[in-house]
Amino acid sequence: MIFITVGTDQPFDRMLKVIDQWAGDSDRRDVFAQIGEGGWVPEHIPSVQFLEPVEFKSKFAEAKLIIGHAGMGTILSALLHGKPILVMPKKASLGEHRNEHQTATAKRMMELGNVNVAFDEAELREKLDHVDELQPRTPIGPYASGGLVEGIRNFIFEGKSAAK
Amino acid sequence: MSETKPKVLAIASGGGHWVQLLRLRPAFEGCDVVFATAKEGYRSDVGDADFRVIVDANRSNKIGLLRSAWSIFSLLRRERPDVVISTGAAPGFFALKMGRMMGIKTIWVDSIANAEELSMSGDKAGTCADLWLTQWAHLARENRPAHMGNVL
Repeated sequence: MIFITVGTDQPFDRMLKVIDQWAGDSDRRDVFAQIGEGGWVPEHIPSVQFLEPVEFKSKFAEAKLIIGHAGMGTILSALLHGKPILVMPKKASLGEHRNEHQTATAKRMMELGNVNVAFDEAELREKLDHVDELQPRTPIGPYASGGLVEGIRNFIFEGKSAAK
Repeated sequence: MSETKPKVLAIASGGGHWVQLLRLRPAFEGCDVVFATAKEGYRSDVGDADFRVIVDANRSNKIGLLRSAWSIFSLLRRERPDVVISTGAAPGFFALKMGRMMGIKTIWVDSIANAEELSMSGDKAGTCADLWLTQWAHLARENRPAHMGNVL
């Protein structure tokens, strides 16, 4: 199953329309989408507005591939489950988000080798046609490690940090 | 604080902010932790740890922001933590702002989603965070947030 998610903030019709068209053209029956509230409803893909956190997790576990907005909740969940992920950044200029951070997030995460990115509709369609080639990856551990955790611990217990 | 466990309030909005906060759990080992977020559905993420639900809001809803601030004020008064830590967004900022005024130590870990500039909450958190962190090395500098690593 391919799991599509637009996050909990706003709908993301621009992305959904491309995926829906692709699912229709290629007769894909293995796609399921979380589409948010008040958005456009896909014709070829079963969808729900929201999923409870537990259901959301089970969709991630079931899916062989995640396609979503470039939100960190979506990206981190895919990394935790070891699922390949294709993201498209929401744009504030099109009213899809409150600021333009998703484009920067997507670029940086792509540079780190964590995600595949489609920056616009044309690129999304192109990547969808090769989406079955994306391979599962080793899941990241459940917790952060290293400097950040140590720094916060030191600060909690000693009340100071090396950074200050 | 060496004789009793420090009490930590770990608070974040739902979605990515919450996922990042959970990844910091090893930092709270040996503390009494109370987790707070916007949805009851996240309770199962924290196992046996204390869990509270607060009112979430974003800056497009002014009344919502007031209700959110009130729910966080009530939470702080009830729990009286030694430390407040947040990964964002607006509710976390409120918790730090009010926590600071109540003499609580405050930690802001700006979301890893803010790779080009700090979020609005993250920027404002600079005025009330005792420990002010960004997850991106290129955003750290003097009089700006420090960098110690990221949640990945």
